[in-house]
Amino acid sequence: MPDIEAAASQLSEALKKYKADYIEARLEQSQRSHITYRGKELESAGQSTAVGGNIRALVKGGWGFVSFNDFNDLNQRIELAVKQATLVGKEESRLAPVEPIIDTVASKQDAPLDIPLAEKKKLLDEYNQIIWRTPSLQTSVIGYADSHQETVFLSSLGSYIKQPRTDITLRLSAVAAGDGDVQQAGLSLGSRGDFSPMRRLHRQVEETAKKAVDLLSAPRVKGGEYTVVLDPVLAGVFVHEAFGHLSESDFVYEDDRLRQVMVLGKQFGSKELNIVDSAAVPGLRGSYKYDDEGVPATKAYLIKEGKLVGRLHSRETAAKMNEKPTGNARAINYRYPPIVRMTNTYIEPGKTSFNDIIADIKEGVYAKNWFGGTTSMEMFTFSAGEAYMIRNGKIAEALRPVVLTGNVFTTLNNIDAIGNDLDMNQGGGCGKGGQFPLPVSNGSPHIRISRCLVGGS
Amino acid sequence: MENILALARKTAEAAEVFEVAAEETSVQFETNRLKHIQSKQSTSIALRIIKEGRLGYATTTDPDDIKSLIDSAVETARFGMPAKFQLPPTTAYPQIDILDPAVEATPLENMEKLGQELIEIITAHTPEILCEAEVSKDTISVKLLNSSGGQAEYKKSVFSVGIYGSLIRGTDMLFVGEGQSSCSPITRPKDIARVVIQQLELAKNPASVPTTQLPVIFTPRGAASALIPSLVTAFNGKTVLQGASPIGNKLGKKVFDAKISLWDDPTIAFRPHSRPCDDEGVASRRTPLIEDGTVANFLYDLQTAALANTKSTGSASRGGGLPSPAPSALVFAPGKTSMDDMVKDIKEGLVIEQLMGAEQGNILGGDFSGNVLLGYKVESGKIVGRVKNTMVSGNVYQILKEVTAVGSRAEWVGGSLYIPPLYCPRLSVASKD
Repeated sequence: MPDIEAAASQLSEALKKYKADYIEARLEQSQRSHITYRGKELESAGQSTAVGGNIRALVKGGWGFVSFNDFNDLNQRIELAVKQATLVGKEESRLAPVEPIIDTVASKQDAPLDIPLAEKKKLLDEYNQIIWRTPSLQTSVIGYADSHQETVFLSSLGSYIKQPRTDITLRLSAVAAGDGDVQQAGLSLGSRGDFSPMRRLHRQVEETAKKAVDLLSAPRVKGGEYTVVLDPVLAGVFVHEAFGHLSESDFVYEDDRLRQVMVLGKQFGSKELNIVDSAAVPGLRGSYKYDDEGVPATKAYLIKEGKLVGRLHSRETAAKMNEKPTGNARAINYRYPPIVRMTNTYIEPGKTSFNDIIADIKEGVYAKNWFGGTTSMEMFTFSAGEAYMIRNGKIAEALRPVVLTGNVFTTLNNIDAIGNDLDMNQGGGCGKGGQFPLPVSNGSPHIRISRCLVGGS
Repeated sequence: MENILALARKTAEAAEVFEVAAEETSVQFETNRLKHIQSKQSTSIALRIIKEGRLGYATTTDPDDIKSLIDSAVETARFGMPAKFQLPPTTAYPQIDILDPAVEATPLENMEKLGQELIEIITAHTPEILCEAEVSKDTISVKLLNSSGGQAEYKKSVFSVGIYGSLIRGTDMLFVGEGQSSCSPITRPKDIARVVIQQLELAKNPASVPTTQLPVIFTPRGAASALIPSLVTAFNGKTVLQGASPIGNKLGKKVFDAKISLWDDPTIAFRPHSRPCDDEGVASRRTPLIEDGTVANFLYDLQTAALANTKSTGSASRGGGLPSPAPSALVFAPGKTSMDDMVKDIKEGLVIEQLMGAEQGNILGGDFSGNVLLGYKVESGKIVGRVKNTMVSGNVYQILKEVTAVGSRAEWVGGSLYIPPLYCPRLSVASKD
């Protein structure tokens, strides 16, 4: 394996010799393992190692980017990145100023890769047996994956940051079939390196399998507008899709029309609504000390008391919008340049209890658990893993999973109750610009949205 | 590679080494201007072994790191799935044209010019539109070697152009876009711009639909976003083997309308997903999936085929992991009805060009529900404008069973799907003002 620290020390001198406004290098070494089950049997188990790096250069506002896993002749890689940037650059380079940082972030000792594959498999065997104890189950899929990477970041400013990143994901889905119909229910979680949350899922796994079977007899919701109550997991997906992506300023910074739409101080929701993105909260899947441009993580308020007060930045978007960098430039791995991404995004808790939230709903939908979500900036859709009718202030019959959709600019305003029970969902992965899945977390208390469009028959 | 194979054979009864080396260069535009040039070099080596009857698997990016690659594969083989297949010996592969040296030879300046011209054509039509565009050229070398004497080696070139435009008026946003790829250089920006300009034209006026059941035409791009994820899952031999495919027990039965024929074809010249053999070294061939409405075949790799008591269809694909069945290029047979005639037939209905969120539905069961990201209202046989805040819901199997007409002109969508417009008699539509 090429030694990334040796390569980094070679590069740290070289970076300063080239004619560019800015050059950075990111070198990465990673190990991964995965185990998947399909049906009763283990389907695949595998391990991988990768070493690679990239050089990114900025010349007159134009970027060049070169990634590689062949470490021979690194100078040639720098030359190519600078040449590309020079071809592109026709204006002035602007990056928000940051202090050069020299730091080594300690690697935690309880890395999941130190747990033998056999022990992980034993645990997954237990879960699979639980799933298969459920009658009428057709099949199941379990996917476990963990990764550990060490990254060295260095820049022509003189930064040299060594940082580890560990990520664990576990997804289970149970599929029930009957009478030509197929339904599934899933459980999805993740962790920033701590394996213990993966160990205590026996009861949840059992419930998931039962849910899949129950869905076979559940009716479809009638399509239309409803008052919808979202549980913390789904509300987290909602805040990520419906607002988080819009606050990523790479969409906004060079688009004058969008800048007018997203002007700071604009009212997006009620006074109770506060939305935060923060990589500085420790221990969540989107947490880190420095982003992939070497900028320290911050806690960024996006919405405060219903007003737009901030957004997520890279050094370039911050400079071009005359705002402060927030440390949100991230890349999924060395093959990609960093782009503006979310980290841990959540709605801050309010004061209303769950019972009070549903008490005065005559007919509505209670949507729980996530299945997926996507956005086009203005419009978003997200889908629930579970759904129930709310009738006369009470949770009533179960429904087939529902897809909810809305318009960002009206839906945030339609949040009319915010619960007191914040919970973070660690099971997601975010995709943008071909970079998927990026570890993020999102969360919220229970929230109520009036007039939300629900797809159905 | 020979080295790895020889060393792996010392501990395992069978072994296979699969290597992919790629060079990719892309020129990217943001807000109508050139912004990035990227180049990516990558190598990955995957080792699959059969040891004491079980599969082991490991990958690395470092060709010199043979020992830990083999150790990793051996560790996973302790509890890997029992291997039910034999690695294929050497065999003859079809000759498929997938390499055009002109791709690698295309200078950066030409790629930049192509992107610039594309943006100029579109901004000439709609000056306030902001476009992101990407022009890329890739060269991919694939090598496979196994302990049964099987070996395969091919080189492929891929040239892609994509454009994505946004038109923002207050909080009203319109997104348009189109992409094309080929194993030869793409040189005519007009063909791509034409699609985008048509989207802009049709979306000019706002229109609204009631919450009700309406006839719907899916354009090729609309059908891709709404219908394809379910079909890809349903025809996967693995889904069938698990009993989770709704058509798994319908082989030879007429499940779809007789106007529907579909096949998987990795042998079409200069298509970016074509290849002489699959990722296990099984020769490529055209596999009918639906013949005049009848379920004809499912897609298999070696292991799935062995478990299902059938033969591999040469459909093994490695998305970075162990081989698994996947289509190469899905091709729908065109029908007889022109898009114009479909529109003329509708009194009140919808044309769907892009549906968002459909892949989040019940993919296995075929139920989908999505926001009409780009879609048009039809009134008395004419497209009158763009609909927004609208959701449609339906079931893929029901749509393909009841389809009123299949379009006479199919188009490539995203490099791996060739599909004509599809006209469905009714779908649930929910909308809000």
